[in-house]
Amino acid sequence: MSESRNAILGKLRAGRDAHPLTPPESDFAVLRNKRWEGAERLERIKRMMEAVHTEFLETTEADWPADVQAFLTAQGTRNLLFGPATGAGARLSSEWTAGGPELVPYADRVETFKERLFDGIDAGITTTLGAIADTGSLIVWPTPEEPRLMSLVPHMHLALLRADALYDTFWQAMTENRWADGMPTNALLISGPSKTADIEQTLAYGVHGPKRLVVVIVR
Amino acid sequence: MGETALKTNGVNFAKASSAALQDQQLRGNFRRAMDGLMSKRAVQFADTAEWNGVRALGTSVRLRALSKLPELLEKLEANCTRNGIQVHWASTTDEANAIVLSIMQRVNAKLVVKGKSMVSEEMHLNAFLEKHGIESLESDLGEYIVQLDEAMPSHIIMPAIHMNTKQIAHLFKQKIKEAEYTEDVAQLTDLARRVLRKKFATADVGISGVNMAVAETGTLCLVENEGNGRMSTTVPPVHIAVMGLEKVVEKLEDVPPVISLLTRSATAQPITTYVNMISSPRKEGEKDGPNEIHLVILDNGRSGIYADEELRNTLRCIRCGACMNHCPVYTKVGGHAYQAPYPGPIGSILMPQVEGLEKRGELPHACTMCNACVEICPVKIPIVEIMGRLRSEAVHPGDAVKGAGSHASKAEAMVWKGWSMTYASPLAYQFATALLAKLGNAAPTSLPLLKEWTNVRSKPRFATRTLHALAREKGIPDV
Repeated sequence: MSESRNAILGKLRAGRDAHPLTPPESDFAVLRNKRWEGAERLERIKRMMEAVHTEFLETTEADWPADVQAFLTAQGTRNLLFGPATGAGARLSSEWTAGGPELVPYADRVETFKERLFDGIDAGITTTLGAIADTGSLIVWPTPEEPRLMSLVPHMHLALLRADALYDTFWQAMTENRWADGMPTNALLISGPSKTADIEQTLAYGVHGPKRLVVVIVR
Repeated sequence: MGETALKTNGVNFAKASSAALQDQQLRGNFRRAMDGLMSKRAVQFADTAEWNGVRALGTSVRLRALSKLPELLEKLEANCTRNGIQVHWASTTDEANAIVLSIMQRVNAKLVVKGKSMVSEEMHLNAFLEKHGIESLESDLGEYIVQLDEAMPSHIIMPAIHMNTKQIAHLFKQKIKEAEYTEDVAQLTDLARRVLRKKFATADVGISGVNMAVAETGTLCLVENEGNGRMSTTVPPVHIAVMGLEKVVEKLEDVPPVISLLTRSATAQPITTYVNMISSPRKEGEKDGPNEIHLVILDNGRSGIYADEELRNTLRCIRCGACMNHCPVYTKVGGHAYQAPYPGPIGSILMPQVEGLEKRGELPHACTMCNACVEICPVKIPIVEIMGRLRSEAVHPGDAVKGAGSHASKAEAMVWKGWSMTYASPLAYQFATALLAKLGNAAPTSLPLLKEWTNVRSKPRFATRTLHALAREKGIPDV
């Protein structure tokens, strides 16, 4: 197999050296100049994400656990998957009141949790690293405390978004935070609930991933 | 015809496209879909200055990647390896299939779920795995439909675009046990969700393509709307990603402009529902994600394409499919007429270079040279120029493209030679035009050579007096 490696690279090198290519400069100004002022960012994020069926819940730092519980109770949600070891998870466990949807911790490896995860979980809640105005996207970096499948398998995904963690563009978010210095196992942009238009271009939501995405804006 | 069909392994675009043109249902399905896609895309790029800026940037990213291709692939390999992703190299699709199979056999895989991947279509991976007793299930809804129908994708972005809801409803009823007949798209989608979720949960291996691989960080980027790509790359214990070797970009910051061009050009979305960036298998302490990730880098003729300064531009492609949506040929005949994993303009230049002109020499002629594809290509691939180049390669023996010269014809060469001699000599030109003005209309359409033209077109009517004669009458002297 390394035989193929060397053959391929050798051929590419010979081809390139025989006809070197000088690329034009990459001018990122078109991305750098995309800017939205203050409140415009969040308005744009809401508008773009609502256009693809994302729901929004407005709340405050003090009230969000109670507001999330009230929302889920009203929706008839049976349970909520959460990461107990995060700060948000600690708030949920301490402020969740009896009688509401059951709080289910993502505490074990998926191998022992898969059946329940796929068949018995209605909703999952994760934090986000912010949102992007240009495209209406949430930035989600799963962690050991908040594993990858929490935002994918449950039928409803609730995402906590701090109202001050907003970026203009994907490019701005990754360059300002120096993502290139160390990428996580998995980094995601999420811009709505799962959808498809594969049947005669008719939009349908909830094909494989969450049927509903609820962004919880925390001010 | 018999001889041509033999040489091309039964691939015959002219015949398949004639059949497609008679199919009113198919033409309606494509017309509706392509009109919608074109107008929605135009809305996404309504700001011309922004389009020009991001297009120039995306093009520069792709050209920069090609200018350092061998070095970037080495860097990608080094960074992936450092991150724990195992990198494999395959010169041919056979070799790529063998690599995939050996991983499967080692983990004793019985069921594979697949995210959408054009390279795996190029490898005919499903058929290969089935032959070895491994169930390979497409999970992108469009690909799933096409697989149930035992057909090929007809579009690189929307594989089942050739079918309408009614046809899909019948297919589901016929092929899925628990299906009740419905033409409700939400219900059909939900049915696929229920069937496929069980498969995601139990699959031994997930296979995906790669939209872009970042050399700087060893990151694989996938864009999708459905979540099946995330499922396939997160739930099964082993993830195998297959990519064409041109899919590498240099830096992480090169990703945003290319994704922006890709999703807006492909489906007129500012971004897809998910952008999935994978940099390593499950780490110590993480609760999910695959324990192993393998990246298979496929050549399959690409290094040959790369060696030619002009043809190399084919490798800029980001596989958005906009060229097919805007192609007057593709939109009439649909994807299946091309009998290739990549149809439309990009397929017409890529397939002959990958599989050779002997088999695919017809495809560069499946083009009116209208330039619509070049106008909208987000990375400015000179598709029409390459189309012309391949037409020429097909009739001139040479080394640049496999099968060069295989369509050479003595008669055609003589006609061109005669034409060029006639046009180079005023005397010969005057004689020829005078002759055609006198006798052209009397020539029967069944004349050899002329027949090739009149088979599918009306015979031109010759003016009884030449332009030169008319000009002389007006007092314009011959030069």
